[in-house]
Amino acid sequence: MTAIPDLTIEPEVQSTRTFRHVLNVIVRDPLSLASTIVIILFILIAIFAKQIAPYPLEGAGKTNVSNSMLPPSWEHPFGADKLGRDVLSRVIVGAQPALIIPIGVVLFAVLIGAPLGALAGYKGGWVDELIMRITDLFLAFPSLLLAMAIASALGRGLEKAAFALVISWWPWYTRLVRGVTLSLKERYFVEAAKAIGVRDSVIILRHILPNTISPILVQATVDLGTVILAMGGLAFLGLGTQPPSPDWGLMVSEGRTYILTQGWISTFPGIAIFVVVLAFNLLGDTLRDIFDPRQYR
Amino acid sequence: MNKFEFILRRLFTSIIVLIGVSIMTFLIARVVPSNAAELYIGPKARPEDIARVTKQLGLDKPLPVQYAVYMNELLHGDLGLSLGTKRPVLTEIRDRLPATLELLLSGMFLAVLIGVPLGVLSARWQGKPLDTGVRIISIMGVSMPAFFLGLLLQIFFFRDLHLLPLAARVNGNLRFTSPIVEMTGFFLIDSLLTRNWVAFKDVFLHLFLPSVTLAAYSIGLIARMTRASMLEMLEQDYIRTARAYGVRDAVITYLYALKNALSPTLTIIGITFAYALTGTFFVEVIFNWPGLGQFTVRSLLGLDYPAIMGITLFGAVGYVLINLIVDLLQAWIDPRISLK
Repeated sequence: MTAIPDLTIEPEVQSTRTFRHVLNVIVRDPLSLASTIVIILFILIAIFAKQIAPYPLEGAGKTNVSNSMLPPSWEHPFGADKLGRDVLSRVIVGAQPALIIPIGVVLFAVLIGAPLGALAGYKGGWVDELIMRITDLFLAFPSLLLAMAIASALGRGLEKAAFALVISWWPWYTRLVRGVTLSLKERYFVEAAKAIGVRDSVIILRHILPNTISPILVQATVDLGTVILAMGGLAFLGLGTQPPSPDWGLMVSEGRTYILTQGWISTFPGIAIFVVVLAFNLLGDTLRDIFDPRQYR
Repeated sequence: MNKFEFILRRLFTSIIVLIGVSIMTFLIARVVPSNAAELYIGPKARPEDIARVTKQLGLDKPLPVQYAVYMNELLHGDLGLSLGTKRPVLTEIRDRLPATLELLLSGMFLAVLIGVPLGVLSARWQGKPLDTGVRIISIMGVSMPAFFLGLLLQIFFFRDLHLLPLAARVNGNLRFTSPIVEMTGFFLIDSLLTRNWVAFKDVFLHLFLPSVTLAAYSIGLIARMTRASMLEMLEQDYIRTARAYGVRDAVITYLYALKNALSPTLTIIGITFAYALTGTFFVEVIFNWPGLGQFTVRSLLGLDYPAIMGITLFGAVGYVLINLIVDLLQAWIDPRISLK
């Protein structure tokens, strides 16, 4: 019996190779470096909110009416809101729904969208046709409008708003990954794997999806900014986090009535949203420069 | 594929998408909620009401039958009654549309007026401080939540500078001093047509902050996209040829490249429409603007379900149509498109 030659094809993955390069560019560009630091800082604040917040209980919603509408001071650097709660603590505790939840939303959107896109691009034919026509339907709605409709159909609440955003965001990743897959399909390493009879599911999982990571990462970074804005918007309208829990968008809305006299209630959570979204967008812009040199230089 | 075939195909796919959109809206209205009848009545539903509405909406019938009924009503322009106002949803939308369109169009007008030149200048001075400045401004534009920018502008221009009105579409007293005769529903145009200058100035001042708030995001988006497509154009052979002939740099940028770079920018205007439409929701709430957005938000919070579904459908149809128009315009401007 002749030995079967070992023909396992090592998947060719480029993302690990460029990781160093990306890090180099980010460290050298002051804006990108600052953005990265801001993002990491805010994520840490969100994770350790209960430990960092000077008044964690007020941050979570406990009222303290004697402090109502206190202007910013040493004890309360961001002032206090109508119910006397320390605004700084609420901004810190509010980072969780405002920042961590959108990260989860994008993650789930990628997990649903990317495999479908790879499948559509790789298989072609009616599978492609079916998947892409479905994404067309979702993309026919302005994303935030669709999310609002779904969120209101499910009833108000943070998880429901997050779910609604996932439902309206995944098709973008299907489209993106399908495009990348179409070009990867023609490459030798995929052809070779196909030629020796590697199963389709293995090709998609081990050869194609790992190579779509960089474009997904770029897209996800930019999208995070948009999703944080969308989540803040849903919260602002009252469709996301419900009081007394804190959320940046909700806090801007709560302070709106007093904007001309006690501006700090809305201003600080508003600045928090702006700074985080700005950081994600600046970083995303740099990443796009690196990965798509044709379009942006 | 020739141009005619392209247009037919594009029209056909739009119709398919519109049918799909109606199915999606139907599913969100009838299948996603655990009890659709309860949603339709509102939060204070009694069991006998639920039973009645279940029958009335045909929720006990199979889904395809329900969809056929829903579609039939839709084609007859029946979007149901708003729970909040007890008036037909279509009437509500029609009455509030001009206010929102006036805001939307002036916002998008501002966005194009500022965004395109910023993008062009940025591409012309690529890598120079001007380019970096535009980059930062446009990224700041797409990072600023409309619901926060609106408040900041109110603080600055109303409270601190006393320069612009706080909110609303016109001054309340205008009704008595120089009332606007409604013809188009666009107050700016109506007051212009009737030469009602007092009203025109008032409308303009009221429109200013909401439009700027709405435009901020789109300015950033359009500037970035225009820059990218300009840079792509500046690399083309015909530009190099023009350079070799010694055509001046300014002529090349503003005449030769810009003409062709505008076509991709048109696509962005379609995308911008989606952002601007949902943007009006926030802007209208903040500036107390009596339009569709304010009605939408009130419906969302009041669980006015027929209204929410009607608006969602209406917004999606508008979006599909805008994209169709943009594509057809592009095919008309750019002959290469129909060859793809």
